[in-house]
Amino acid sequence: MRHILRRREIVTDDWCYAGETAVPDAPLIVPLAELRADAARWRQRPGRLGVLLAPEDPVEELADELPRLALVAVQFPNVGDGRGYSQGRLLRERLGFTGELRAVGAGVRQDRVYLLARCGFDTLELAAAEDPDAALRAWSRYSVGYQPGDPQVPLARQRFLAPPA
Amino acid sequence: MYRYDELDQAFVEQRVAEFRDQTRRHLAGELSEEEFRPLRLRNGLYLQRHAPMLRIAVPYGLLSARQLRKLADITRRYDRGYGHFTTRQNLQLNWPRLADVPDILAELASVQMHAIQTSGNCVRNVTADHLAGVAPDELDDPRPYCEIIRQWATLHPEFTYLPRKFKIAVSGSPEDRAATEVHDVGLQLRRDPSGELGFAVRVGGGLGRAPMIGQLIREFLPLPELLAYLEAILRVYNRHGRRDNLNKARIKVLVKTLGAARFREQVEAEWRIGRSHAPRLTAEDVARFRACFAPPPYAALEDQHVTAGREARFVAWDRYNTRAHRVPGYRAVFVSLKAHGSNPGDITAAQMEVVAALAERLSFGLVRTTHNQNLMLADVPQSELYGLWRELDAHGLAMPNIGTLTDIIACPGLDFCSLANAGTLDVVREIQQRFDDLDYLYDLGDIEIKMSGCMNGCGHHHVGHIGILGVDKHGQEWYQLTLGGSANGFTALGEVIGPSLPKHEVAPAIERIVEAYRSLRADGERFIDTIRRLGVAPFTDSVYAPHPAAA
Repeated sequence: MRHILRRREIVTDDWCYAGETAVPDAPLIVPLAELRADAARWRQRPGRLGVLLAPEDPVEELADELPRLALVAVQFPNVGDGRGYSQGRLLRERLGFTGELRAVGAGVRQDRVYLLARCGFDTLELAAAEDPDAALRAWSRYSVGYQPGDPQVPLARQRFLAPPA
Repeated sequence: MYRYDELDQAFVEQRVAEFRDQTRRHLAGELSEEEFRPLRLRNGLYLQRHAPMLRIAVPYGLLSARQLRKLADITRRYDRGYGHFTTRQNLQLNWPRLADVPDILAELASVQMHAIQTSGNCVRNVTADHLAGVAPDELDDPRPYCEIIRQWATLHPEFTYLPRKFKIAVSGSPEDRAATEVHDVGLQLRRDPSGELGFAVRVGGGLGRAPMIGQLIREFLPLPELLAYLEAILRVYNRHGRRDNLNKARIKVLVKTLGAARFREQVEAEWRIGRSHAPRLTAEDVARFRACFAPPPYAALEDQHVTAGREARFVAWDRYNTRAHRVPGYRAVFVSLKAHGSNPGDITAAQMEVVAALAERLSFGLVRTTHNQNLMLADVPQSELYGLWRELDAHGLAMPNIGTLTDIIACPGLDFCSLANAGTLDVVREIQQRFDDLDYLYDLGDIEIKMSGCMNGCGHHHVGHIGILGVDKHGQEWYQLTLGGSANGFTALGEVIGPSLPKHEVAPAIERIVEAYRSLRADGERFIDTIRRLGVAPFTDSVYAPHPAAA
């Protein structure tokens, strides 16, 4: 059983990655390449569908598929690769994605929770051996931020707000 | 200057608490050095040759007297009683203990300071003209915009793990004293024909490996769009900059690979789409930040002749170490950290306290750090100059050599830095000794020597009139000389004059170069202009022709 942090709670993961389940309608996360290879088939699959993005994947190409997707998982393969932060923000702000936005990979550590949350990630699949309780505490480490971001930080406490949509 | 409100204060205190926890986990073995490294770097902490090095941010080079006193106090209690000012206007401590760093950061937070993002692959301390707000040629004070950028860039959630470090400089004057053309982003304040303020935007400048001059990608960016446009630049870089090779990861490589035109198209497209979600500066925002940098309450004074009847040493100091001020009756004064026999940019705790006291008495309580590693008291009444000089002189802070050959910029080099290939400080000493005659120095006029101990170019050797680069040759320290570099208004990269030289040959070679200049210069011609007129060949000859022994 995999535990994840979802909206500041430690919960059991109800999603599977391709190859992890034989249940036909289990919530399933597939890599973007697989989704692209046979979009029609995936559209017809029963059950909720999610996609797994690699850091170099252009999120704009997901625009057509997004309404069908309940989850987008963004890979952070190591702590130094920051491309996923841009992918997260673009998914939320530009593509209007409102489903579960999940950060996954060896780079998802307690010391990045603040940044991840402020880029729109609501779910963290922590790196192996990372302490979920510590990550949960880290989620509340800052009460302020200089940029628009995590809605958990009160808007009035932010500066340089984006113009109203 | 900008003063923290309760939000800024809460933020730095939370940052200290976070780093205290990270340091504790590291010391307890819960965070490996590999995992701790990016976290400590984003708090200014390097592990160097002998000890950790802590680089404290001095945003755009502005300090209050109270802050400078705190820095003195910190160097006494946690270090060896001195600090080192860098070319990016920050202060480095060379001997802190790792376990003490959270306490040092807490001390800094108590005076509205921090060490956030002074290293690591993120947006670094924003730098500005040291004459900001007082230069007669200034269009507008760049510091309010620097502070806006500082806040926006601080722990920016999207741009804190970039491919590589990212440096921004802002200048408000036609004479580019902030070297904006050799920064990742260089912003130059401009007005459009209707009088609106904005910026010329250059991208992709940088020294270090493969030095480049920034490309102008926008002639005029309206001020309200400042952050939206920076977000567009950084987003294109964050998504497309190279991450596979550290040496090709700076934005200059992306700009060069795409070409300036295509890079510009991508940024403009990103800006047009992204600006609806990007921060926009309102007139109220701008007014609020500008008010923080409003001119101090100057007295109504008149310009005066301060040198009449004074001793020659004061006259020389007044000429070399003070600068024109836009307000009548005032001068901007360099506090020289270039005394012969000392390391460029080094200052003792006692000297910091002297400068803090002088700032309070004579310059509205503010001190500036300059990119040529000196300090500045920017608002001194001319009637106080003589007394100020005497006090600075008594504390070794009045070396009248600003802008001359011994006002050398140098990184700490092999004596401290684990990246360095060669020492810089010995070479500085030898040059200082060889050029200790002030009349000779003054005859040579404006000559900028800039020296780096390795390719990373922290000493900006590429843009020195004379550049010195330390290289490693089979485990020995050698030095490559360049000529003709320049960063002020007319940016040019120096040209290598020939094979590198062993350490003891460097100072003699510089003497031969300036002797060649003395014999070749036209009437009143500056060193850099003689090089531009004649090229480097005659100087190469002067160095190598009689000394074939050089490898």
